[in-house]
Amino acid sequence: MNKTLLIFRHELLHTLKRTGFIVLTIALPVLALLGIGVLHVLSGIATPPAEVTRIGYVDELGGFDQFTTQDNVKFIRFDAAEKATQALISNDISEYLVIPADYISTGIIKRYTLQREVTPPAPIAKAIGDFITGNLLTGKVPAQTITRVETPTNLVTTRLTSTGDVASKQGGLTDLIIPGVFSFLLALSLTFSSAYVIQGLSEEKENRLMEILLSSVSTRQLIIGKVLGIGAAGLVQVMVWVISIPILLNLASSSIGGFVSSLQIPANFLLFGVLYFILGYALFAVLSACVAAISSTVREAQQLAAIFTLFAVAPFWFYSPLLLFPNSPVWVIFSIFPFSAPVLVMLRLGMAGVPAWQLIASIGVLVLSIIGGLLLAAKLLRTYLLMYGKRPRLAEIIQNLRSG
Amino acid sequence: MPSVEVSHIVKSFADKAAVDDLSFSVAQGEIFGLIGPNGAGKTTTIRMMMDIMKPDSGEISVFGEKLSEASKNRLGYLPEERGLYKKLTVIESIIYLASLKGMNSHAAEKKADTLLNQTGMLPNKHKKIDELSKGMSQIIQFIITIIHEPELVILDEAFSGLDPVNTEMLKGLIVELRDRGKAVVLSTHQMNQVEELCDRILMVNNGRAVLYGNLREIKAKYRTHSVLVDIEGELGDIPGIAGRQTHKDYIELVLDEKTTPQQVLERLVERGLTIHRFEVATPSLNDIFLEVAGRNNE
Repeated sequence: MNKTLLIFRHELLHTLKRTGFIVLTIALPVLALLGIGVLHVLSGIATPPAEVTRIGYVDELGGFDQFTTQDNVKFIRFDAAEKATQALISNDISEYLVIPADYISTGIIKRYTLQREVTPPAPIAKAIGDFITGNLLTGKVPAQTITRVETPTNLVTTRLTSTGDVASKQGGLTDLIIPGVFSFLLALSLTFSSAYVIQGLSEEKENRLMEILLSSVSTRQLIIGKVLGIGAAGLVQVMVWVISIPILLNLASSSIGGFVSSLQIPANFLLFGVLYFILGYALFAVLSACVAAISSTVREAQQLAAIFTLFAVAPFWFYSPLLLFPNSPVWVIFSIFPFSAPVLVMLRLGMAGVPAWQLIASIGVLVLSIIGGLLLAAKLLRTYLLMYGKRPRLAEIIQNLRSG
Repeated sequence: MPSVEVSHIVKSFADKAAVDDLSFSVAQGEIFGLIGPNGAGKTTTIRMMMDIMKPDSGEISVFGEKLSEASKNRLGYLPEERGLYKKLTVIESIIYLASLKGMNSHAAEKKADTLLNQTGMLPNKHKKIDELSKGMSQIIQFIITIIHEPELVILDEAFSGLDPVNTEMLKGLIVELRDRGKAVVLSTHQMNQVEELCDRILMVNNGRAVLYGNLREIKAKYRTHSVLVDIEGELGDIPGIAGRQTHKDYIELVLDEKTTPQQVLERLVERGLTIHRFEVATPSLNDIFLEVAGRNNE
């Protein structure tokens, strides 16, 4: 069998058997399951009881005698504030309002409650607003107008293409979900896979296996075999996660399940997803190999690798500006910058789409970086495989690479 | 055709010559000692032979050509810095590393059983490497080095960390390799430990060759013309003795040019002394090294 293939098989099986790998592969679905469980429990607690909230009011202005039932809120009229206070203290009502005689000119309504709160609860504020609006407008405008004043807009957006036709992709929340989940899994896999590559190579350095291995294979065979083997294990991990999603959704509440089942993955997104996954993984794996080559222990290598794995997750930090300004030139630059490209392009593909030239440039730069990284890793490994002491300084590395 | 031919190799690190114009060759069916003190340049020389490092200048050919991927399968290398996958079992480690030398797993396991049995390691076949002692892992590393029947075996400090029993066993296996026509390069700083094994040696010091050739001839050349005796009774004056040096357990008698060791023995017997030991003094490789190194430093 080809030696690269032998190393590939060894690394794949070795990684699949690692306790850390197995735990992580299972942990994500288990955590998601726990999350769903917690959500169920919390939503059970948080659902407001269906009982009616009773709010008292003292009408000093006059004319507030209709619309006294709003959803689960009932408004009860009191003649004087003292009576309302008594009712409040004896828990007949949960709060009361005083509508002053000068309300029309000031807009002030006094609210009295026993609760300590930051702002009035939104459903209560809405019910009070509708009660006031309804009574102010009744008899002056048609009932339908009152309803419109209470709920003025229900925006239905249609996205058009540059030719004026209705666009096939309409955007919205559903378009964010799939790329979001996908890029999250991508960033997670990139981080973990590069950790496995580092662990594998540094271990061989630390265990003094390098020289034994290189008496049988070339540095290039070793790195390619390793990167592909560990990469295949990373893919297995992602497959387990992806396969577990429908199972988890069945366990989730029907409303979440129904929403997610309505999501559809566009074919071109899937294509780019897989492509960026492979390219992103390959880049981070060869970079990890470079880092492992110059480090003398696993810990040292992991510290160094943390620097570039930050780039993989960085697009998530800028999620809000990304949502607000999806077409900013800043994103274009970082979509071509190879470290941030895989995750960022995934996110952008879901938000506003990415022009073809940017995709081509980004993929081209990624491919070139991978080839460059691979050559560099082989050279670094050859130069530093026998270095078991101090990590070289950057200037030393550059000098050593130049002198070959 | 020699297994290895090294011609005028030079290697410097940070302007200091680690290997300075070394040339030697190793033939099939011989044990070749690459010996010298720590830091003499032995490991650097071996790493250049294994193509792990490139020489600054000079040529190295293995089996008559530059070391290639194909010829790597024909050699076995036990580096000085060595280790194994700690979490793999003995047999898994052997099979994987043998497969990288072109062996199929069935043949590797069969051969591994034979070698494990021969070295008394068979009961450890399914143990994880990190359950083994340092000496035991070293034997496994040796098995991995020779399992694929390499034509050239390079052993760098093969005996370090081994107890006397395992050292003797390893020596037996090395001699067996030579007897089967393999070329063996034995690199060590423990010169006395290998002198009984080596057919030829290259002694290096500060990256330069100080002695090269047939070990017996070298030893004959450095013989001091003296005998070592341990006797009961008073030695007195013995004709033909130019000088004497008393050591803890023996006396070294330096003979004059006309006297042979045979004559000295006869004279001692004539005097009726009880002789516990009588030995023609042959300098050890250590002694020869000290003499040569001392001379070079003068």
